[in-house]
Amino acid sequence: MKAESKGQSSGALKTRPDVQWTLRLYVAGQTPNSSAAFDNLKRLCEERLKGHYAIEVIDLLKNPRLAKDDQILAVPTLVRKLPLPVRRIIGDLSNIESVLVGLDLRPRG
Amino acid sequence: MQANIVLKKKGLLRKTSPPPVLRKVPTGIRGLDELTGGGLPEGRSTLLCGGAGSGKTLLAMEFLVRGIKEFKETGVFVAFEEQTQELAQNFTSLGHDLNALVAQRKLAIDFVHVERNDVKETGEYDLEGLFIRLEYAIDSIGARRVVLDSIEQLFSGLTNTGLLRAELRRLFHWLKNKGVTSIITSEQGEGSLTRNALEEYVADCVILLDHRVTAQMFTRRVRVVKYRGSSHGTNEFPFLIDESGISILPITSMGLTYHAGTERVSSGIPRLDAMLTGRGYYRGGSVLVSGSAGTGKTSLAAHFAQAAAAGGERCLWLAYEESPSQIVRNMRSIGLDLDPAVQSGMLRLQAVPPTIFGLEMHLLAMHKLVKEFNPRSVIMDSISNFTTIGSEVEIKAMLMRLIDLFKMRQITSLFTSLTTGDTFVEANDTRLSSLMDTWLLLREIESGAERNRVLHLLKSRGMAHSNQIREFRLTNHGVELRDVYLGPSGFLLTGSALLVQQAHEQAQAVVREQEAGGKTRELEHKRQAMEAQISTLRAEFEIEQIKALKAVAQDEERATVLTDDRVQMAKQRQADAVKARKTMKRASGGAS
Repeated sequence: MKAESKGQSSGALKTRPDVQWTLRLYVAGQTPNSSAAFDNLKRLCEERLKGHYAIEVIDLLKNPRLAKDDQILAVPTLVRKLPLPVRRIIGDLSNIESVLVGLDLRPRG
Repeated sequence: MQANIVLKKKGLLRKTSPPPVLRKVPTGIRGLDELTGGGLPEGRSTLLCGGAGSGKTLLAMEFLVRGIKEFKETGVFVAFEEQTQELAQNFTSLGHDLNALVAQRKLAIDFVHVERNDVKETGEYDLEGLFIRLEYAIDSIGARRVVLDSIEQLFSGLTNTGLLRAELRRLFHWLKNKGVTSIITSEQGEGSLTRNALEEYVADCVILLDHRVTAQMFTRRVRVVKYRGSSHGTNEFPFLIDESGISILPITSMGLTYHAGTERVSSGIPRLDAMLTGRGYYRGGSVLVSGSAGTGKTSLAAHFAQAAAAGGERCLWLAYEESPSQIVRNMRSIGLDLDPAVQSGMLRLQAVPPTIFGLEMHLLAMHKLVKEFNPRSVIMDSISNFTTIGSEVEIKAMLMRLIDLFKMRQITSLFTSLTTGDTFVEANDTRLSSLMDTWLLLREIESGAERNRVLHLLKSRGMAHSNQIREFRLTNHGVELRDVYLGPSGFLLTGSALLVQQAHEQAQAVVREQEAGGKTRELEHKRQAMEAQISTLRAEFEIEQIKALKAVAQDEERATVLTDDRVQMAKQRQADAVKARKTMKRASGGAS
C-alpha cells in the first residue's frame, strides 16, 4: 500500500509521444479471458498512449507455431515488443495498477 | 495421423500377452523394462521423481531417443529447465545427436522459459499456451512419446498455485486423451515424492530415482513406487549412468532358469581334475577358491586361465589386487607363462581397482566387459576386496547376480577369496558357499616348524568328487598336488615332516630288506650245509659200496679157489675129470 501511495504521489511516468509502442496480445480463441484482456488493454492504451501505439492480437489456435517462437505459456499474454526491453504480462489485465507497473508506466514499488 | 495408426498396430504386435493386461511401451533402457515388466503404461503418464542430479532428465531423454532409434516412435521433449542447445550438448557426450534427430523430424524439443521476474501476473489466465505448444509439437512430428522436464518449474514461475494445480490436472488429462505415453519429471520433496504433490494427479506409474553416498561411494538407485494395473519390481535397484546412457541392473535373469550342461572344463591341474571325477569343473559352474594369504589361490586361477586359453577359449581375468604385468611376472616364477595367452588375445587381464566404484558399478562394468569380450570363463581375483565397498549382504547380492549372468552365458567362473583366521577358515566364506558349485579350500598346516599348503575339495555339486586332502605345492613347473601322508598315528604329514616320515620309512624298508636278505642267506647256508651233508653221505656210501663190491669179489675168488682146490684134490685122487667135476657139482650142490 505504501508503495502504491508513493507511486500515486510521484504520479504516472510521462510517455513520450514520439515513441511508438508495439503491443502484442496472445490469445487462444474467443474466451472470456481474452475478450477481457483485449478490452482492458484497449482502454488503457487509449488513456495513456493515445496515438502512438499499435495492438496486434495473435490467436494461437490459428498460429500455434508462434506459441513456441514467442515463448507463450499462459494466455492471455501481453508482450510489449517496443519500446525495449520486452515486457510480459499475463492474465486478463483486470488489475490496471499492476499492468501499469508491468508496462513500466508506473515505477516498480 | 497415418503414421500413428501404423505405430499403434506395431504396438499391438509387440505385445505378446493378450489384451486385458495394460499395454506397455518399452523404454529400451537396459533394465528398466525388466523392472516394469515391459515398459511404461501406454498412453498414460509416468511420474519420474528424484532429487537434483538423480538422472531424471537423462532417463526421460533416453526414453525418447531409444523410442526413436529402437522402436520408431517419435518424441517431444518439453524442457522447463534447460535450453535446447544445452540439452543437445549434454546428450552429445552420451552419443546422442539430438540436433540431427530434430532435423530428421523425429524429435521435437520445446524449451519453455519460466521466470517469475519476467512475467507480471494480472488477473485471470490459463495455460492454454502450453497446451497449444504441446499439441503443435506432438502433431508436427506425430509423436507417441512426450516428456515434460520438469513441469514443476511452473510453480516457481507462477504465483497462482490454485490455478496451476487445476491446469496441471487438466494437462495430465489432456495427455491421456491425446494417447501419448509421457514422462513427467519432478523434484523430490521433503518427506514426499514430489515437492508439489504431483503424484496426486499422475498416479498410473511412479518411478523414484535416488542417489546417495554410502561409505564415500556414490550409488544411484531406482525404484518403481507404483504401477497401476501391473506387477513390478518393488525393490530398489542400482543403476548407472555412463557414456552409453542409463543401465539398470537386469533382474529378469534372476530366475535360476539357466541350463545346466554336463560339459566339463579342465581346472588346468591334472591331479585336481582327477579329484573332480577326472574331468574338471562343470562348464558354467562357479568355483570358489578360498584360502588365507599366500596359499596359492592366484596360482590355481592362473592354471585355470592358461588351460582355458590353451584350449582356445577366451578367459577374462579381473584382477583386483595386482596389475596384469605383475600377475604375469609372478606366475612365471612358478613356471606358468601367461604371456602367450595374453598376446594371442585369449586371456584378458583386466586390472580393476576395487574401490574406484561402488558394487553396482562393478557389476555393471562386469556386464559390459562380458558382453564386449564374450569370454568362456571368468576369473575374479579376489572378491574379498569388495568388503571395503560393501557389506557382506550386498556383496552376496552382487555375486548372485553376477553368477547368474555367467550361468546364463555358460561362463565358467572362478572366484578367489581371502580368508582370515586360521582356526575356522571356512566360516568366512560360508555365506558365499551357497552360490558356488565347487568350493576349494587352500589351507596351511603348521607342523614341524614350517607351514605347508593343503587343498581340500569342500564341495562340488553334481559330481562324486574326491574327499581326500591333497598337499598343494608350488613348484617351478606350476602347481603340483600330492597325496598327503597319514602318519601311523593318523595325522597329516606334509612338507619336511613328510620327508622325514618318508626317510624313516625308507630306512625301515632297508632294514626289512636286510632282514629278509639275511633269512635268505641263512637258508642258503642251510641248503649248502645240507648239500654238504648229502655229499658226505654219498661219499661214505660210495666207500661202502666199493667195500661191499670188493668183499663180493673176494668171496667169489675164494669160491673159485676152493673149486680149484677140489679139482686139484680130485686130480690128485685121479678121478675122472669130467665125472669128478659132475660129482663135485653134485656134491657141492648137495652141500649147498
